[in-house]
Amino acid sequence: MTERSFPLPSQIEAVPGAEGWEAMYPYFSRFQPEDDQRFWFYNSMHFPEVVPAFDGITSEIPYTAIGANTARLFSFPTTMGIEYRIINGRVYITANPVLDEATQGERFAHFQERAGHYYGNWDRIYGEWQTRIEALIADIEAVEVPVLGDLDPLEVVTGGRGFASNHYLRENFHRCIDLYSKMWHHHTEFLMLGYGAYVVFFEFCKQAFPEMGDQMVARMVAGMDVTMYRPDDELKKLARLAVELDLGDLFVEGAEPAKVLSSLGERGDAGTRWLAALETAKDPWFNVSVGDGFYHHHLSWADDLTVPFAALPRYVDQIRNGEDLTRPTGRLAEERDRIAGEYRELLDSDEEKAAFDQMLGLCRQVFPYIESHKFYCEHWFTTRFFQKIRGFGQLLADRGVLLEADDVFHLRHVEVEDALADVSLAWASGGTELGARHWQPIVAERKRIVEALSTWSAPPALGAVPEALNDPAVKMLWGITQETIETWLGGEDDDGSTVRGYAASPGVVEGVARVLLNVNDIGQIREGEILVCPVTAPSWGPVFGKIAAAVSDIGGTMSHAAIVAREYGMPAVVGTGTATARIATGDRVRVDGDRGVVTVIG
Amino acid sequence: MGTLMTTAPVLHFRDVGLGDVATVGGKGASLGELLRAGIRVPTGFAVTTAAFRQTVEHLTVHGEPVPVRVATLDPADAEALAAGCAEIRAVLESAPPPDDVAAAVTAAYAALCEECGDPSLPVAVRSSATSEDSAEASFAGLQDTYLWVRGAESVLAHVRRCWASLYSVESVTYRLRRGIPETDLGMAVVVQRMVGARSSGVLFTRSPLTGDKSVVAIDASWGLGSAVVSGDVTPDSFVVSKVTGEIKRNVATKTRWHRPDPSGYGVVEADVPGELQDEPSISDDEIAGLVAVARQVEAHYGCPQDIEWAVNDDGEVFLLQSRPETVWADKDRARKAAPAARPYDHVLNLLGGKRPTGG
Repeated sequence: MTERSFPLPSQIEAVPGAEGWEAMYPYFSRFQPEDDQRFWFYNSMHFPEVVPAFDGITSEIPYTAIGANTARLFSFPTTMGIEYRIINGRVYITANPVLDEATQGERFAHFQERAGHYYGNWDRIYGEWQTRIEALIADIEAVEVPVLGDLDPLEVVTGGRGFASNHYLRENFHRCIDLYSKMWHHHTEFLMLGYGAYVVFFEFCKQAFPEMGDQMVARMVAGMDVTMYRPDDELKKLARLAVELDLGDLFVEGAEPAKVLSSLGERGDAGTRWLAALETAKDPWFNVSVGDGFYHHHLSWADDLTVPFAALPRYVDQIRNGEDLTRPTGRLAEERDRIAGEYRELLDSDEEKAAFDQMLGLCRQVFPYIESHKFYCEHWFTTRFFQKIRGFGQLLADRGVLLEADDVFHLRHVEVEDALADVSLAWASGGTELGARHWQPIVAERKRIVEALSTWSAPPALGAVPEALNDPAVKMLWGITQETIETWLGGEDDDGSTVRGYAASPGVVEGVARVLLNVNDIGQIREGEILVCPVTAPSWGPVFGKIAAAVSDIGGTMSHAAIVAREYGMPAVVGTGTATARIATGDRVRVDGDRGVVTVIG
Repeated sequence: MGTLMTTAPVLHFRDVGLGDVATVGGKGASLGELLRAGIRVPTGFAVTTAAFRQTVEHLTVHGEPVPVRVATLDPADAEALAAGCAEIRAVLESAPPPDDVAAAVTAAYAALCEECGDPSLPVAVRSSATSEDSAEASFAGLQDTYLWVRGAESVLAHVRRCWASLYSVESVTYRLRRGIPETDLGMAVVVQRMVGARSSGVLFTRSPLTGDKSVVAIDASWGLGSAVVSGDVTPDSFVVSKVTGEIKRNVATKTRWHRPDPSGYGVVEADVPGELQDEPSISDDEIAGLVAVARQVEAHYGCPQDIEWAVNDDGEVFLLQSRPETVWADKDRARKAAPAARPYDHVLNLLGGKRPTGG
């Protein structure tokens, strides 16, 4: 046992050209000498890329929220929260277990009362959640980046407000951060309880039917009215409208969105009607990130129409050819209920059937949250949040502190406050901001550091191998089990042609790989190819009609790629960690969605 | 069954069912039951336990009927026991059985030939035990199977060989030591049309590895099933979901097969031709056909089954035998999930470290 270990955090060597990366992240995110004794794993699911300085907030705040929920609100018996560390731009995490049995017992009593309250009133509380999260989104959209004119408007004086607009630099920027924090508290409010219900049903199924694939459990509980499909559905509706209005000729591959929009403006009433339909669809359904909501550069469809417009030509063609693109929800629901019904019938006793009914029922009750929360939190809210921060970045650029708006993302959020204080003072004093001299070299250096760190291959785990890993929280959220660790440890023996991940959608298929690092490139994919990508999000939806199988670096059996692949009935292997690095476009690969293995065969 | 039936020396499969184990043995009763359930099994008849009893009462060794003779043997005297058993077996295999038994078997075989339109129909002759005790069955030589037997004479000879196997030294010792009276001894013999098996094997209507009842596990190889049963070949393995029909496949390199001897009599063991070795021995359609039949049988019996099957050159599926699966049946009783007071108690218990409900 002792000779088996992952690299210790203290043994990680510096990446040439990335010296000084530590300053990009808060002091409390750095590895400490005593951390060598603990087991850490790389959260490649959420942080597949180097985290820019501002984006450090997407680990700092989520972990303050999720831990608060498990440790302090719901009193999970066996686990407190999650600690995180950043090294070479990558986020490593570890759970804090509760090992003392007496403490577990005390926490269990509170847990029953608190979690029981949520489960017992789930529909009502989830209904209220929906209202609260939409209010938060309205709040973040309402935040204004102050305009600092030569003089404040007369109404500020005559209206008796009594404070000048530079105050809002502080308050409104802070409001963005505060709202982001609140959003994450709400995000994690139902998360563990929801996944808990899923895991209970999952474990029951695995015990009763050991041969059942992971994805089958998800198929039995999958909802039909899934928010995640909505953006793609809206796009299909727009394609249908374009055909009906005889505008299909404008949607051809490679056309620039801006040009298409101006051409539409010249097509009279039909063009106007289509543009109006686009506006309706955009709010809210184009508030979908091209990534997973953890990086500032993952824009939404609404921010950048390139992705949705790249998908339209194919949909227009399909509709012209008479294809029905609507999701057959009736048939899907029937199939879901047939599968659940048949497994139920295979159980031995009425007792087991009654337990099955309870677990499946609870699972289906919590599933709307599990399937929909990402759209509201990581997509809608988060893309609006980053756009507001970009607005403050624009102000800093306008004031000469930064060279361009996006440079703000190379400052930590507390540093942005500093820079804004600089602007606030300069505006008030009539002097000049001193930030250009201070921040611009820092931004330039950090851009170099991010570039240098991007070449670092992050080990899947660091530190001592745990004796046993059975924390339900870790298993639930990251799918990491003792077997996963064994696989990581044994990874060295691989001949390099095999990539392993989660078996997300069954079936085996061979074909030519197409590696796409960015959703903007989906136009490149050819019919029948195998998509290999870092992660998919709803904006990748259009690509699934073309491909034969999907492989992703990131994601579990409940990830977007997995859910969509199952619905299309194509094999998928997700959460491979390294597929985009180890597979090249043009490689012939075999995707085994039953076992979670991708093999390069030529 | 009426007395008339129980005393008949032979019974066609169509005239027996599960209730007739005492008359036609487990195998015979199961085949009759399958026919009744509308399952395609190769046709045939059973030589009943009544025919066996009549024969052993009729035949004598040193002037004593066989059962009486056995009772005189001493299990402690190995040498005398071996000699005594050999004498009994020799008589059973060579002395003519009662005329009406011989005539009944000959007539039943002729009728079978007529039924199948082949005057020298090849058949399988297998012992069919009346006891569920597998230890007893294995000592008693109740596993005998003779394949590709033709002609009434040969059929009768192989029936007598099955009977004689009850008088092996091991078998007789087993009965004497346990005080099992010879009058309780019964064995039927099944005579069944031989299927020209292109491929065959065994299947379980649950996973033999995990006990999972949502799958059918099929082992398949080229030729006769004896190659799979005897472990002479590593078969292809298919695990098929009953719910979705999805197939997990593991196609093996199948080096050996058992085939009918070209002479038309008996079986030869040989190497599988190279071009067939790595080919799947059954097609997806045949897998689907097997699963459908297996599920029909399982539903008929109401419990998981262990089935021997064959596919002929036309891709038709036949069941040769079906019996209840026993290995996992006992474990089932231990594994139970029960409903909780409130559905979410399941979650509280799991996340709480599986404490019992109600704390």
